[in-house]
Amino acid sequence: MTRRPLFARVRPRLQGYLVPIGAIAAALLIGAVILLQLDASPFEAFGAMVDGAFGSANALMNTALKATPLLFVGVGITIAFRANVINIGGEGQMVAGALLGTTTALVIPQWPALVVLPIVLLAGVAGGAIWGAIPGALKAYYGVNEILSTIMLNVVAVQLMNFLLRGPLIDPAEIERGTRIPQTERLMDAADLPQVFGRLHIGPLLAVLMAVAAYFLMWRTPIGYRIRAVGLSRDGARYAGIRVRRTIVLAMTLSGALCGLAGAVLVFGSESHRMVTDGSTVGFTGSAGFNGIVAALFGGLHALWTIPASFLFGGLLVGGLAMQRAVQVPSALILALNGLVVVFVVSSDRLRRRMLASGSTDDDALPATSDPPAQGASPPHPPGAVDE
Amino acid sequence: MRPYANDTREREMKRPRYRWMALFAALLLVVAACGDGDDTGSDDTSSDDTTSGDDTFRIAIVAPSASNDLAFTQSIVDAVDVIADEMGNVDVQITDGTFVVEDAAAAIRGYAEDGVDLVIAHGSQYGGSLEEIAPDFPDTVFAWGTAADTFGLSNVFSYEAASDEGGYVMGVMAAALSESGIIGVVGPIEVGDAKLYVDGFHVGALAEDSAATVNINYTGSFSDVALASEAAQSHLAAGADVLTGTAQMVVGAVGVADENGLLWFGTQANQTSLAPDIVVASQVYHWEVVLRDIIAKIEDGVLGGEIYEINLANDGLVIEFNDGFTLPADVRAKADAAIAGIESGSISTGS
Amino acid sequence: MSDIFTRTVIIAMVASGVRLAVPLLIASLGEMYGQRSGVLNLGVDGIMLLGAFSGYYAVLQSGTVWYGLFVGTIVGLLLGIASAVIAVTLKAEQGISGIGVYLFGLGMSDLLFQKLVGTPVPITSFPKVAIPLLSDVPLLGGMLFRHSLVVYLAFAAVPLSMFVLNRTTFGLNIRAVGQNPESADSLGVSVTRVRYATVIIGGTLAGTAGAALAIDLGIFQQNLTNAAGFIAIALVYFGAWRPLGVMAGALLYGFVNAVVLQLKTLGIIPLSWSDIAAMAPAVVTILALVVVAQRFQPPAALTKPFSRGT
Repeated sequence: MTRRPLFARVRPRLQGYLVPIGAIAAALLIGAVILLQLDASPFEAFGAMVDGAFGSANALMNTALKATPLLFVGVGITIAFRANVINIGGEGQMVAGALLGTTTALVIPQWPALVVLPIVLLAGVAGGAIWGAIPGALKAYYGVNEILSTIMLNVVAVQLMNFLLRGPLIDPAEIERGTRIPQTERLMDAADLPQVFGRLHIGPLLAVLMAVAAYFLMWRTPIGYRIRAVGLSRDGARYAGIRVRRTIVLAMTLSGALCGLAGAVLVFGSESHRMVTDGSTVGFTGSAGFNGIVAALFGGLHALWTIPASFLFGGLLVGGLAMQRAVQVPSALILALNGLVVVFVVSSDRLRRRMLASGSTDDDALPATSDPPAQGASPPHPPGAVDE
Repeated sequence: MRPYANDTREREMKRPRYRWMALFAALLLVVAACGDGDDTGSDDTSSDDTTSGDDTFRIAIVAPSASNDLAFTQSIVDAVDVIADEMGNVDVQITDGTFVVEDAAAAIRGYAEDGVDLVIAHGSQYGGSLEEIAPDFPDTVFAWGTAADTFGLSNVFSYEAASDEGGYVMGVMAAALSESGIIGVVGPIEVGDAKLYVDGFHVGALAEDSAATVNINYTGSFSDVALASEAAQSHLAAGADVLTGTAQMVVGAVGVADENGLLWFGTQANQTSLAPDIVVASQVYHWEVVLRDIIAKIEDGVLGGEIYEINLANDGLVIEFNDGFTLPADVRAKADAAIAGIESGSISTGS
Repeated sequence: MSDIFTRTVIIAMVASGVRLAVPLLIASLGEMYGQRSGVLNLGVDGIMLLGAFSGYYAVLQSGTVWYGLFVGTIVGLLLGIASAVIAVTLKAEQGISGIGVYLFGLGMSDLLFQKLVGTPVPITSFPKVAIPLLSDVPLLGGMLFRHSLVVYLAFAAVPLSMFVLNRTTFGLNIRAVGQNPESADSLGVSVTRVRYATVIIGGTLAGTAGAALAIDLGIFQQNLTNAAGFIAIALVYFGAWRPLGVMAGALLYGFVNAVVLQLKTLGIIPLSWSDIAAMAPAVVTILALVVVAQRFQPPAALTKPFSRGT
C-alpha cells in the first residue's frame, strides 16, 4: 500500500465533515427565511441559540440536564435495535418507570437517602422494564409486531398516568384546596437526586455511566453477544444454540429499563420533585422517547457515541428554547426547526459516506454504499412472526 | 469473527464521530459568524440591567397551549394585552405551547434571569417547579394560575377561576332551555379547572330541573378534537339537545352541536364565533381583574403572598351572551337570579 | 339496560366508529403501500397535519370542501415526494428521517395556523350523502350508508388497493421490491421507481387523510391529529400489510373508541374509570392481534435502502 500525499488523504475526510455541516446550514437557512418572515433577526436568533446551549456554565448545565433522558433512551434504543427490535415505546416506558418510582417514593418509609434513592431509581428501572418486556414478549411469543405494541402501549401509559395522578396518587392538599391539579405531593427529600453543582444533579453522570455499562454489556459480555447475534441473523443465532425468544424479550426489557430510569430521573431530578401530568406523555417526557431515537441513530447505534450525540441534540433543544425567548417567535417554529435539522442531517449521511468512498482512502476498506448487516447502523428490518 | 468485528466497529466509531464533530463544528461556525448578535441584550444570561432608570414594566407569560387557542392560554394573553393597553410602557414576552413542564421551568427561570418584573406561569402543572424557582429570584414577582397556593413565599401570587360559578349559571340556563331534559357535557380529564366547571354546571342544571339528566363524558384527552366531536355525537344519540364542554379540544363538539342544531354553552373564552347560531352564552375569563390588583400591589412593594380568584362578584368572570341568539326572557331572568344569588352567597355551587 | 341501547344509540355508535376509522384508514392504506415496497415512513402524522392545515385553509379561503380536500392531497403529494427523495435517493435512516418529518409537520402546521388564521374559525364540512335504497335498510342503513362521500371513497380504496396489489403488474412489482429488491432489480424492475411511487402514494393519502379530518371536524387546531398518524402506522402491522387487514384494524380501533364514548355518555362507565376506559382501543387492538396469531411475514426488505451492486 503506497502512502498517498497528505492532502489527498485528508481531503475526503474534510469532505466528509463538510456534508453534515452543509446539511445543518441548509436547515438553518430555511429557518432563517422563516425567521425573517416573522420579523425576527436570524443572527440574533441563532446567536441566542448557541449561547443558550453552550454559552455559559448555566447553559451547559441546562444542556446536560436536557440531554440526560435522551441519553438513557438512546442507549436503550441502541440495545433494542441491535437485537433487530424497533422500540418506539420510549415515551410509555418513561412514564411507566416514573409512575412506579413515584409510587414507591410515596409508600416507603422515610429512610435515609442512601437507602431510598437506589430503591426508587430501581423502581423506575423496574417500571420501564415491565413496559418494555410486554411488547418484547408479545413479539417473541405471539408474533405481535413491536412497532404496533409499543405505539399502543404509549397510549395505555398516558391513561394510566392520568388515572393515577388524579386518583390514588394525587396530593391530598389538592383535594383540600379544591384545585385538583393532577400532581403528587412533594416527594420525600431523601429521594431527591443529589446535586453536584447548582441545579446540576447526578442524572447526567448516571446516564453516562449507563452508556458505558451498556457498551460493556453489548460488546464484552455473552449477553451482549447474544443480543447482537440475534439481531444479525435470527436463524444463525438459533443454530448456534442461542435462545432467540428470550433474547428478544431481554433486549426489549433492557431497553425499557433504561427508559424507565430516564423517567424516574426526570421526576426525582425535576425542579418540583413531584410527578405532574398535563394529560399527555410529551408534557412529561418532552418527547425524549422520540428524540432519544434520533440521538441513538446520530450515535451510530453505538452506546458510547450516543453520549456526545445526546449532548449535542440536547443543546439543540435547549438552544431552541432560548431562541424562542430571545426573539419571541412561536414555539411551533422551534419544533419545525428541530425537525428540519434532523431531516437534513440524516439525509446527508449517505452523501457523506459516498464522498468518503469516492476519495477511496485506505481506511474505508469496505465500499461505503454497501450495507452489510454487521454494521447495524441502519435500523434493522422489523421481523415479523417468530416461527419456531 | 474478530477482525471483521474490529473493522466494522472502527467504521462505526468513525462514522458517528464525523457526525457529531461536524455538528459541533457547525455550531462553532455559527457562533463565530454571529458573535456580534449576542449583545442585543435579550438572551437569558444577561444581567439584571432593566431596573436602572428604565420604567418599562416587563411581563412574561409562560403557557401550555397556543396564544390563540380560544381557551385557556388565550384568556391570559388577552388579559395581559388589556393591562398593557391601560398602563402603556409595558413590554410583553410570551412563551406559549410549553406543555412540557421542564421546558416551562426553563422558560420561567430564563425570564426571571433576564430581569422580567412579573412572570406569569399560566399552567397548573408548573406549580411544583415554580416553588423551587421563585426563592432564587426574590426581586421577581411570580404569578401562578390556575391554582390556590403561594407556597408561603413572599414573591408568589396565585390566581384561580371560580369556574363553577359560571358553570352553575350555565347549568341553570341549559336545564331551562332543554326540551328533552337531557343535557350533555364534553370534558377532557376530570381535573382542575375542567372539573370545577363541570361540577358547577351539573349542580346548576339539577337545581333548575331536578329531573334533568346530565350526561358527563370525559374523553381522556385535552387535545383529541375528533374524540370530542364523537363524544358530542354520542350525547346526541342519547337524546341531549343542549351541550357544554371545556378545554381546547371542545371545538370539535361545538361543530357537532352546530350541525345538529343543539345548543351550546361555552367557558374560558367567548365561543360565539365558533357557532353563531347555537351558542347561547360563554363564561369568559377576565384575568385582568386580578392582574390589575397584582400590579398595584407590586407598585406598593408587595411582591406576593395573595391568592386571587376571579368570580362573578368581582367581574373576573363574565357571562357573555350571544346577541345573535334569541334567549327567552324568563330564562334570562333565571340566569340573572342565579348570578345574583351566587354573588350574594345565597346560592352554593357545591364546591 | 335494554332501553338505554335503543336503535338510535346502536346506529349512532356504529356510524361514529366508521367516522373515527376513516382518517386512520386512508393514512394507513397509504403507509401500507410504502411499507409493502420496503420503506417505513414514520412521518405520516406530520404529513397529515400539514395536509389538514392546508385543506382547512383552502376551505376557509374558497368555501368549497372539495377544493380543500384537493389541496390537502396535493400537499401530501409534495411531502410524499420529499419523503421519497429522503428515503429512497438519499437513503436516509428511515427511523429518524420520519421523526424529523413529523416534528417539522407538527411545528409548521401550528406555526402556519397561528400566523395565517389565528383564532380558530369554523369551516363547512362534507355534506352527508345517503346512498339511495341502501340507506333505508333498517339498522345498517343508518350505520353505513349515511356518511359523506369521503367515507365511501375511503372504503372504496380498500378493494381498489386489493386489486392493485394483487392483480396489477405495479402491485406485483411492489411486492417483489419489498421482498427481494435485488432479484426484482435483476429482473429489470426499477426499485427506485417503484419505491418512489409507493412513498408518494403514502404521502398523498396521508395528506388526504389529514384534510379529510380537518374538514370533517370543521376546524383546525395545534396537533389536530393527536398522533393519529402513529396509530395509522401501527395499523399497517395489524393488517399484515394487506388492505383488508388494515381496514379491519381501522374499524376495530374506531369502533372501540365509539363504544367507549357512548358508554361514558350513558353513564355505564363511571367517571372514575374514564381513563382506564380510554385505554380500551389500544388494549383491544393488541389483544386482537394476539388472538388472531399473525402468520404473515413483513416485507423482507422493510427499512433497508437499496443500492444496486451490493
